Amino acid sequence: MSFKHKHLLGIAPLSAEEIMLILETADSFKEVSGREIKKVPALRGKTVVNLFFEPSTRTRTSFELAAKRLSADVINFSPSNSSVVKGETLLDTARNIEAMQADLIVLRHPAAGAAETLARGVKSSVINAGDGWHEHPTQALLDLYTLREKKRDFKGLRVAIVGDVAHSRVARSNILALTKVGADVRVVGPRTMMPYGVERLGVHLYDKLDEGLRGVDVIMMLRLQLERQGRALFPTIREYSRLYGLTAERLKLAEPGALVMHPGPINRGVEIAPDVADSFSSVILDQVTNGVAVRMGILYLLSGVNA
Amino acid sequence: MIAHGKKHEKLIMDASEVTRALTRIAHEILERNKGTRELALVGIRTGGVHLAHRLVKRIQEIEHAKVPIGELDITLYRDDLALRKEQPILKTTKVPFNIADMKVVLVDDVLFTGRTIRAAMDGLMDLGRPAEIQLAVLVDRGHRQLPIKATYIGKNIPTADDEIVQVFLEEDGEEDRVVIRQGGTP
Amino acid sequence: MTILIKGGKVIDPGRVNGPADVLIENGKIAAVGPKLKAPANAKIIDATNKVVTPGFIDLHVHFREPGFEYKETIQSGTAAAVAGGFTSVCCMPNTSPVNDNQSITEFILEKARAAGNANVFPVGAITKGSEGKELAEIGDLQRAGCIAISDDGLPVMNSLVMRRAMEYAIAFDVPVVDHCEDLHLSEGGCMNEGLVSTQLGLPGMPAAAEDVMVARNLALAELTGARLHLAHLSTAGSVRMVRDAKTRGIKVTAEACPHHFMLTEEAVCGYNTHSKMNPPLRTGADVQAIKDGLRDGTIDVIATDHAPHATQEKQQEFAAAPNGIVGLETAWPLTLTLVEEGVLTLEAAVAKLTTEPARAFSLKKGTLAPGADADVAITDLQEGWEVDPARFRSKSRNTPFAGWKVKGRVTTTIVGGRVVYETA
Repeated sequence: MSFKHKHLLGIAPLSAEEIMLILETADSFKEVSGREIKKVPALRGKTVVNLFFEPSTRTRTSFELAAKRLSADVINFSPSNSSVVKGETLLDTARNIEAMQADLIVLRHPAAGAAETLARGVKSSVINAGDGWHEHPTQALLDLYTLREKKRDFKGLRVAIVGDVAHSRVARSNILALTKVGADVRVVGPRTMMPYGVERLGVHLYDKLDEGLRGVDVIMMLRLQLERQGRALFPTIREYSRLYGLTAERLKLAEPGALVMHPGPINRGVEIAPDVADSFSSVILDQVTNGVAVRMGILYLLSGVNA
Repeated sequence: MIAHGKKHEKLIMDASEVTRALTRIAHEILERNKGTRELALVGIRTGGVHLAHRLVKRIQEIEHAKVPIGELDITLYRDDLALRKEQPILKTTKVPFNIADMKVVLVDDVLFTGRTIRAAMDGLMDLGRPAEIQLAVLVDRGHRQLPIKATYIGKNIPTADDEIVQVFLEEDGEEDRVVIRQGGTP
Repeated sequence: MTILIKGGKVIDPGRVNGPADVLIENGKIAAVGPKLKAPANAKIIDATNKVVTPGFIDLHVHFREPGFEYKETIQSGTAAAVAGGFTSVCCMPNTSPVNDNQSITEFILEKARAAGNANVFPVGAITKGSEGKELAEIGDLQRAGCIAISDDGLPVMNSLVMRRAMEYAIAFDVPVVDHCEDLHLSEGGCMNEGLVSTQLGLPGMPAAAEDVMVARNLALAELTGARLHLAHLSTAGSVRMVRDAKTRGIKVTAEACPHHFMLTEEAVCGYNTHSKMNPPLRTGADVQAIKDGLRDGTIDVIATDHAPHATQEKQQEFAAAPNGIVGLETAWPLTLTLVEEGVLTLEAAVAKLTTEPARAFSLKKGTLAPGADADVAITDLQEGWEVDPARFRSKSRNTPFAGWKVKGRVTTTIVGGRVVYETA
């Protein structure tokens, strides 16, 4: 099979086969990252633009490294204090970038649907690096890649996603990806943090963490996003942490050898007790390496000649 | 040439001819490199991998020495990636030894335009700096588009541009043979 | 100028429904009857196979003058109106500056006079600047020509202010129009809160945000005895409460817009900003409730909430795009689909756009009774056409109905006895 998409706007348009193809492609790039010369000429002469309307060192450097290891030229745009504040629209900014002959634009933007809006207005390929609450497909793909390394088979894998699902694009993308590849997904958190009709996405809803963790193979903790919160979602951090924080005790409710994941950065003591956080720091480092490999895979698959 | 089996297919080498060619190439590699010291074989995916394994086995039988073997995927080094609408599927490269200062023999099934070998050399160089690169192919069918020459050749077959040369191997569930077909026929 | 409209089927709700001719003299309806004789030098308009109705009345439009003339002016807005068969429109006060005083009202009326297309009846603000705090000079607004008051665009959040506005308005006998939305519940939302908003990751506005305000307004209308008009209802809950209130004799009239009986929240998929408006498109159940409300009279009036916006404004990411779509030039054929579906009879459909709005806002319009102003629309019900925004008379093109194949086209519009619109 081949990858026929021009953009990567989300997990929603991908089939289970296409997801597996991306993961298998990432294997080759993980090998490249392990070499002495961490570069292949596959995207030589192509220009990749990181257009980040929201601050993010991690995702942006990951994409930058991925593009450079493929021999592409990379430009970073962070319109926080520039033209966008002066009223230049997303499309205007993007057209200016397109005029630089950008082949691929990696977009992170606070508005859901921004990547799709951008893709309609430019000739370049667009990769969604996070649009509002909607999706963050490369994060979900790298999470799946890590899971594949550690757990191998997705079918029937029991995964609990804990926290502010309603406002988390990482949660949405992971729910879509995991259900597509046959995992058994649960969401755990207060109702104030669950989107309308969440169970219709094919997941089980739990209000209580203890019940939600029983027998799971994977626990994905979401960050409590203090800066993106509306008001009145939870009374205090103290109460949230007591009810939904992952402690060593609670971890025992899960299957032995359960994997704990977190998209980062962690609020120590809030979502995860410090002792638990320290014990799985190695998974986080894996996720960084895997992130570059997965993003190299995506840049490679999208770099065909655009119609 | 004996017309054999499938319609429109002309048999160039049968199983015994393939075996003899590989045996001869194994001897030639040993002769030219004066043994197996600092020698390594790298099969080019996909056609060259099984042949490389067979050569290593042959060398082991002749010289009673093990030669390191690697598998190289050259997709990322192709010169036509920028022109393709959909990118080809990648297969992994597995070269689990240091090629620095080694004499590396690249192995492929059919040598045609030479572009695959050019890509393989670039791929190999990114893994390290070999002392020498040599090339072993089962079939050389001519029509080079780059100045590339094989060191070891199983058989030279003159072909027309639009003909297709195909190598079938036991490891893939086929009878060992090399055939030539008209282009465009199923 | 004398005009004789010959050979058409006249639908004057409650008065005439059948073949008849219409005679217009000196800007008034002179006679309606079968086989009228044409006076000397009368202009003859042949209405064979066409339907002749009073010109339509739209109780809810936004002409962006003063302040946002690049989106629409009173001239272009009234031109769009007559192209859609509307001869009278009520324009909302959320201009810049807000129409909360006599001079803006007079400015609007003057511009309308100069344009010479549809009649314009301004709606004045309830509160100063529509800030929801202090009452505007409602008496003055009414005297200058306002026929209703509203802070539309916004609700009056403070219930005490709304109560006082309703009580105060009684003296001037003007209806108080509320845009029913609890801004706290809807905060941050840009579409209906539901399954689609969950899939798209867009913040939603729950139906409850509208229902809560409708309930409040009905309670205040009951308390004060004022005339309440509810703008653009969109939820099943709203319709249910209005139906109940009417049975108890509360003086409330209600309006619904074509997009709320034609489209659901699914139209937002793909982040289509032409499906972004406030109140938002809701679920199939809500659409059915609106249709039921239109059928049983709970919803008295069809209005457009014509809200022009420039193309580049709508080309932004969904959250940033402004709310609203134009509607004057598509309302009538979309209303006719309800006749096709059996939700309304043809006469009832005409009434929703003529006699009912006239009654809700006490306008001496919407009828072809002899002596009435000669505001007439002639429609070819069979003519099929494709909605092409590039050919709109409006300055703006923001409609979700682009490319739709519809049936029923206004071929002539007459205002005050003058032909102001004719298809070629």
